[in-house]
Amino acid sequence: MYNPRAGGYVGMEQARPFVFFGCIELREILGRRARDERELMEGLEQVSPGSVYHHTHGVFLHQPTVTSLFQNDFADWVASQIRDEVLAERLSMVDPFQFPSLEELRDELVSIIDQHISTLHPVPRVVFGDPFFFLQSSLIPVPTGLEARTLAEFRHCLADVDASAIFYHALDARIRRREGEEDFTYWIGQGLGQVALAEEIRRINPYLGGLEQMRFQILRVIDAELARETPSGES
Amino acid sequence: MSPNGITIESYREVTPKGTVDFLLRLSDRVRGLRFVHINSTKFGGGVAEILTRLVPMMNELGVKAEWEIIEGDPGFFATTKAFHNALQGTEQVFSEEMLEHYLEINRKNAERLRVGGDLVLIHDPQPAALIEARPTEGKWVWRCHIDLSTPQRRAWAFLRRFVARYDAAIFSLPAFAQHLPIPQFLVYPSIDPLAQKNRRMSKKEIANILEALRVQDDKPILLQVSRFDRFKDPIGVINAYRMVKRYYDVRLVLAGGGAGDDPEGDKVLAEVREAAAHDPDVHVLDLPSTAHLQINALQRAATIVIQKSTREGFGLTVAEAMWKGKPVIGGDTGGITAQIIYGVTGYTVNSVEGAAHWIRHLLGNPQLAQKMGEAGREHVRQNFLITRHLRDYLSLLVHLTR
Repeated sequence: MYNPRAGGYVGMEQARPFVFFGCIELREILGRRARDERELMEGLEQVSPGSVYHHTHGVFLHQPTVTSLFQNDFADWVASQIRDEVLAERLSMVDPFQFPSLEELRDELVSIIDQHISTLHPVPRVVFGDPFFFLQSSLIPVPTGLEARTLAEFRHCLADVDASAIFYHALDARIRRREGEEDFTYWIGQGLGQVALAEEIRRINPYLGGLEQMRFQILRVIDAELARETPSGES
Repeated sequence: MSPNGITIESYREVTPKGTVDFLLRLSDRVRGLRFVHINSTKFGGGVAEILTRLVPMMNELGVKAEWEIIEGDPGFFATTKAFHNALQGTEQVFSEEMLEHYLEINRKNAERLRVGGDLVLIHDPQPAALIEARPTEGKWVWRCHIDLSTPQRRAWAFLRRFVARYDAAIFSLPAFAQHLPIPQFLVYPSIDPLAQKNRRMSKKEIANILEALRVQDDKPILLQVSRFDRFKDPIGVINAYRMVKRYYDVRLVLAGGGAGDDPEGDKVLAEVREAAAHDPDVHVLDLPSTAHLQINALQRAATIVIQKSTREGFGLTVAEAMWKGKPVIGGDTGGITAQIIYGVTGYTVNSVEGAAHWIRHLLGNPQLAQKMGEAGREHVRQNFLITRHLRDYLSLLVHLTR
């Protein structure tokens, strides 16, 4: 709610500032590879959680603007190298953000592959294409120097911040915080008390066009909120 | 600042939002640390090209970056050239004398350079044995720029005993990684958007260069830029062009060169010229390795860029073309598959017919071609610019020194 006397938003004074962190990522090649769908499943069962993360959540960090036809590396490889469209479609519909932990995400992916190959003889394998290479990510957060105390300041920072900050706060946080909440919506909802706005941001589909599209969508709903709460004629 | 006046700030207008500010903040974590690069040449080749820019950028960010060169005689470089070929899969013969001379030259360089730093990055096989003289402090990382996917066993076994003593290794693709007892990181190569090869050009400038090259811009241009090498499949490109030509009036430009250290190059060039003979719409341009502006102009004038390699290290010509907003049709191999997002920025193909099919498809759908070109440029902006490369190296410095 706009409070002209305070020159800002109710709740602002109590809210701690939102501190924007970006992140750097090191990609480690694990040396493990898969040439068929069973090896992919066995690899998935045994690699580190950081590897599951790399090939699912990490896709957003690797393609901030352009999204592939399939939504994670497993689906992409099955489609492009094995050419098994059925399994690719099934894997692609797994939304990593719906799982509270990487272990549960891993179980779901393994279960899908297991069920799929249990009916197939022989197991589909790479004929002409490349094997699947398991990698893992290590993220290191880095402060960007940007801080916001109001929604308007938040909007200003978000418009210019490095895309890795959107990944870190809006996507990585869902795993890091372990309660499915992300940093932006938590601060806007709990810190600023703008629960409806937080809910609207939470509903933005990250798969529509990567981090830059997410930035655009979040800015759009914040702009609409600012316009609603700023009486006509006031700036 | 580099001699041509380019600074970190110069990259602000071509890189993704927040990139330069983020690098400046990241530099707080690494200011004052010594980052030493060692390779075998200051001039020529992709490694020297990228270090020429990366090292000044690191210094501008407060890292104490240095770039040292190992010195050797013709015998040493003949051996390291043989290493290069053997590690990329070509059978070579190594005598005990050759290997001993390689070690001797590395020992002399270790004595001369007395290398030390918080992070020492050794590029490629030539200086790899410097690790024998490493001091106790600091981290040492071996950066491999070549395709190690199918190395000649004996050559790799010799080199491996040195590589295994590093703290980590870096490869350009997961397929190049080897069985090693040290962490192996992935860092893609990059292009410099402000270099002559990639900088903006006016239409007039492009037209002048095309005129000088005697390439008319009167019909769609298909372009492949590459050395005249069988693995780049130039004959396959001509055959694909012929399949396209039945339905679309196009020109084909095969631009390359660098036959210098490749005895096969002249032979392949002669074969390509013969295959292209009598067709005024096929242009075979044997350009010197310094023809950066000519390559830039050709890529900007092209309608579709082809990189129909059957084997490829990384193939940064793909990123160069995408940076100029061109859809790319590339061979389904090596780094080409890491750069092209199938159906989004272009297509990867496995045959001459596949190349012809997708060329026709794009010529018949100019709006799709334009959209793919735009997506490709964004993909390169996010993933294959030198600023991302700098960020990766600084990340490594943070990771290994914290």
